[in-house]
Amino acid sequence: MSATTTTTSTTGEQTTPPAKPVRTAKGPRALRPGRIVLVAVLTVAALYFLLPVYWLVIAATKSNASLYSSFGLWFDAPQLLHNLGKVFSYDNHVYLQWALNSLLYAGVGAVLATLLSAAAGFALAKYRFAGREAVFKFVLAGVLLPSTALALPLYLMFSKLGLTNTYWAVLIPSVVSPFGVYLCRIYAESAVPDTVLEAARVDGAREERIFFTLVLRMMTPALVTVFLFQFVHIWNNYFLPLVMLSDDRKYPITLGLVTWKEASDRVPELTQYTIGGAFVSVIPLAIAMLVLQRYWRTGLTEGSVKE
Amino acid sequence: MTTPLKRAPRKSRPDRKAWTFLAPFLAVYLFAMILPIFYAIYQSMLKVERSGPLGLGEPKVVFAGFENYSVALQQTTFIESFGRVLLFGIVQVPVMLLLALTLALLLDQVSNRWAGLMRATYFLPYGIPGVIATILWGFLYVPGVSPINDVLGDMGFQPDFLGYDNVLWSIANIVIWEFAGYNMLIIVAQLKSIPQELYEAAKIDGAGPWQTAFRIKIPLVRPALVLTCVFSIIGTMQLFAEPLVLRKIAPAVTNDFTPNLSAYFDAFANANVYMAAAKSVILAVVAMVLSFGFLSLVNRKQRSER
Repeated sequence: MSATTTTTSTTGEQTTPPAKPVRTAKGPRALRPGRIVLVAVLTVAALYFLLPVYWLVIAATKSNASLYSSFGLWFDAPQLLHNLGKVFSYDNHVYLQWALNSLLYAGVGAVLATLLSAAAGFALAKYRFAGREAVFKFVLAGVLLPSTALALPLYLMFSKLGLTNTYWAVLIPSVVSPFGVYLCRIYAESAVPDTVLEAARVDGAREERIFFTLVLRMMTPALVTVFLFQFVHIWNNYFLPLVMLSDDRKYPITLGLVTWKEASDRVPELTQYTIGGAFVSVIPLAIAMLVLQRYWRTGLTEGSVKE
Repeated sequence: MTTPLKRAPRKSRPDRKAWTFLAPFLAVYLFAMILPIFYAIYQSMLKVERSGPLGLGEPKVVFAGFENYSVALQQTTFIESFGRVLLFGIVQVPVMLLLALTLALLLDQVSNRWAGLMRATYFLPYGIPGVIATILWGFLYVPGVSPINDVLGDMGFQPDFLGYDNVLWSIANIVIWEFAGYNMLIIVAQLKSIPQELYEAAKIDGAGPWQTAFRIKIPLVRPALVLTCVFSIIGTMQLFAEPLVLRKIAPAVTNDFTPNLSAYFDAFANANVYMAAAKSVILAVVAMVLSFGFLSLVNRKQRSER
């Protein structure tokens, strides 16, 4: 951490972001034309990124008819709760099932992926053994493997093994995160001191115990990042469940909503249910994104600094 | 495992335990990422042969060598799909990264509290699944529902976001919307790691904000730009979910719109998994060649600059 420097005396727009926000005198700076352009550009960008989400919030409150008849960016006879009730009850509560499936795939998958990455990353960072660099390179190659191009081959293999249309078909590939191993290795190198490991060994602790009681705790910030990335990765995944699953009771939300959208030609009210379902799935994630923002940052720093 | 000598930690080589920690990950990695590649290569060398008059006899799976590959590479629509994603990438990746870089640099100039809120706003779409983003933008593209069309219509424009000429760029907009914030965050992370002393030195030398940006910040975030560029290239080649979902409302999106779609429809609509395997392998190879090619190009350039 850099001690707060002399940025207070800036005359230009040179307020570099140090650890503590330095409040400079607002008067003359607020009026500079450069400043106005800066704020304007940032605001326009924010509007662009928020537009579809804003539209979704408005549309989720509308009836199917007023979706087409009223202006898209303003309310028209809001009936949000009525709509959401329909979303959840339609087709024997299938949406609820999809939501639970998504949570299961993403939650369990991300926890296991984090644990496996932590163990592998720790081993690659803290033990000396023949083939260590070769293993690391082999894992890194996985980061560059195109994952969607892999989904079809995976499907071919899993169908041979009789694993398709099971929860395993989506879960097993989800617990592999080469990027997580990479991140955990880099983090463990700097955050887990050799002296601590040595001390624990002298005390007679076994390696497994050292890992589960000491190392995991010291690696927590990296683990949170790996977990979040993998969670979003699985949650957003579409191709893998699409090829693997045929029973719609095993679908995650992504797959389910597309099914509704495509069926809305024949069943018009499904248009509104698709929008309502998207609303329910997007809002918690949007809140999580905002709240957990700082964890994303730390993790990515760790990942890219060493490049 | 019971060790009779409890106080002999030095003797039991801890380094051997490395494989115990590596094994679970490596096992799943081999099973779910490496093995499928070899299985796909094997499958891509098979084909179904029908015997008897008019090919109505018992179908039989036989070894085909590279036949699937040569058939795939002679399919004009499949080759065109590569051209399409390549064109898409050449436009979309630079636009997205330029947007990400600009936003990252601008955020560096605002007070921390604002920057945090803005950063979170730009990053938000990353948490929305690609297919849901496509459903949302789909509504914003379709006349009748879309407020964008309403507003532009009032101003006298009749945009056709889903027409033959535009649909590729409408997809590009969706992809930019999803990933610009994510890439911005990687660049921001790299910006934060620049030592403060550099900025102070630059200021003493009389550098303004523009000069600081172009002489210090952009050269120093180069590794982040390379990283995001490689991931974007890989992502572009695999374009799949967005066109698949838009297909319903945009007839311009054919079954061979992207290489991935082409392979998918071979497997599930044409029931030709062997051809699908061959196309997947081709796609994976092209993506790897492009990303490694880009990396070595960057490295060579870097070396010659020194």
